Amino acid sequence: MGVAPPWPPRDEPSETVRGKGRYVVGRSARLGIFSSLLAVAVGLVVFVSMAFLRTEPPTLDFASGHGSGQAVDLHLQTVGAIGFGTHPGWVSYLTQALDGKWVHTTLWDLPADTRINVTIDQYDSGSPLRNPQIGAVYGTLGNTATLNGKPISVIDATKGNGVGHTFSIPTLGINVPLYGVNGNAKNFCNSAPCTLSEAHNTVKFSFMTPKKTGQYAWQCFVPCGGGYLYGNSGPMQTISFMDGFLKVVS
Amino acid sequence: MSDQQATAPRGSAGGPNHGARLAVAWLVISAIADPLFWFAAGPHMPPGDMTSSASGAQFDFNVLMMAALPVTLGVWLYFGYAIVNWRASKGGSDLIGGPKARGNMKIQTAWIASTTIVVLSAFVFGTVELIVPAGAGGGEGPQPIWTPTSKTVLPIQVIGQQWKFTYRYPTYGGFETDTLMVPNNTTIAFHVTSLDVIHDFWAYQLGVKADANPQQDNVAFTTTHALGKVTVRCDELCGIWHGAMFNYGHVVSKSTFQQWASSNETRLAAVTKLLPPFSWTYTASANGADGVYYPDNVDPYSKIQLYGAQPVSVAQAVKPTS
Repeated sequence: MGVAPPWPPRDEPSETVRGKGRYVVGRSARLGIFSSLLAVAVGLVVFVSMAFLRTEPPTLDFASGHGSGQAVDLHLQTVGAIGFGTHPGWVSYLTQALDGKWVHTTLWDLPADTRINVTIDQYDSGSPLRNPQIGAVYGTLGNTATLNGKPISVIDATKGNGVGHTFSIPTLGINVPLYGVNGNAKNFCNSAPCTLSEAHNTVKFSFMTPKKTGQYAWQCFVPCGGGYLYGNSGPMQTISFMDGFLKVVS
Repeated sequence: MSDQQATAPRGSAGGPNHGARLAVAWLVISAIADPLFWFAAGPHMPPGDMTSSASGAQFDFNVLMMAALPVTLGVWLYFGYAIVNWRASKGGSDLIGGPKARGNMKIQTAWIASTTIVVLSAFVFGTVELIVPAGAGGGEGPQPIWTPTSKTVLPIQVIGQQWKFTYRYPTYGGFETDTLMVPNNTTIAFHVTSLDVIHDFWAYQLGVKADANPQQDNVAFTTTHALGKVTVRCDELCGIWHGAMFNYGHVVSKSTFQQWASSNETRLAAVTKLLPPFSWTYTASANGADGVYYPDNVDPYSKIQLYGAQPVSVAQAVKPTS
């Protein structure tokens, strides 16, 4: 009568074996189960990560069906607080789609070498500028814009309501400051989309899209990410809030 | 037998002198490759020769390539020669290597001496080039160890902010613009600073690369030699639009620069009036949109900041010569 061999044997084939009233899993089988679970877990992490990375706001198409030589009208609004979503307190841009609905996006397909007529309804309050140089209008057609119907070339942000935001495309040399509204106005808009019955300033200007197709980053240059260091994080670094892309197509 | 094999690669008695063969072949191909590189490829090496610092960087690159080429060719030559002459063959002798190949004092001494010379030479050359005028072409810092020999210098302030560079010209009323314009045949002092996070001003064709730190005046000198287009990029990861933080500039003739600067001084007067007084550095408020930027000091022409050189004025060095 010798010593009983170890159970399960070390060289047992990797399969589930039946013991006395219980299942005993061999080493290879356990390794297989562990590897499978690990693969599923890694797959889930990759799937969720990729889904997150690939998520982006919708791109509004202003290029399809566009006639040659025909200008494109782009209607935007800026709000002090978007009022919905994961960051309801963040400042944001919104874009009016061709069907008239306001969409929370800053991505647009625009035709190349085309005049873009921009109208921005500015519903946010303003402040002095960190760099007053961005109080100047430049890069637009005629290097000018209109504020509530009156032409402007520069805004002194230390006076009046200051500057709320800018519409700037650095690579195209375009900058337009948006004069702020009175933050104490009774009809101050607190959540998007705002309506024209609420306190606002209307800024209009035009610019030409480049002949070269591609993606051109645009952004607000007022560090309006309140609560973040230098005001340049949060909405300032999140597409669909204070920055986006002109997707210039042929 | 094993002793004979061990010495075979170095030239066994009655056999070919491999060492002499290799040395001669190496000298010949190095003598061909080095001048070929220097004269044919050297003038086209980055970052070009638009400025003193660019040509300095190009010279450094070419010298180091001249040193590296013979080393590379020597390795390749030995590799090829070994494959052809000492490869294993059917019925041939055992491979030679490992302990049998050790113990040759001549080879060991030559190897240690040559690698030491190469490494120390690169160290000395690199160090000297860093400290001689216009050698490195980088930001020389607030207290540079060399200053330009030019009697005049045009200061241009580079201001980084998330996410663009702007340029102030203190000798033209301190106007600020998105475009970098530089006169030819002029010594420039780039005073690089930032209003928020750390950026890096990299004017590739000018051979100038200097960190833009908030409240620091990082100085980089260069002297322009040729007309042309300049690409400026931020070379310090600074946020989501770091990749979009680039713009273009030009080296133009003195007369064109004079015209451009004067017209911008006039055209941008309304904006310039809103800017803070010119200063080498600024203090930006960290309170987001409520912050403006303030001058840290207000003496743009102090001798300390210009290192004894005279600032270029409208009527001085940038006056049209033709």
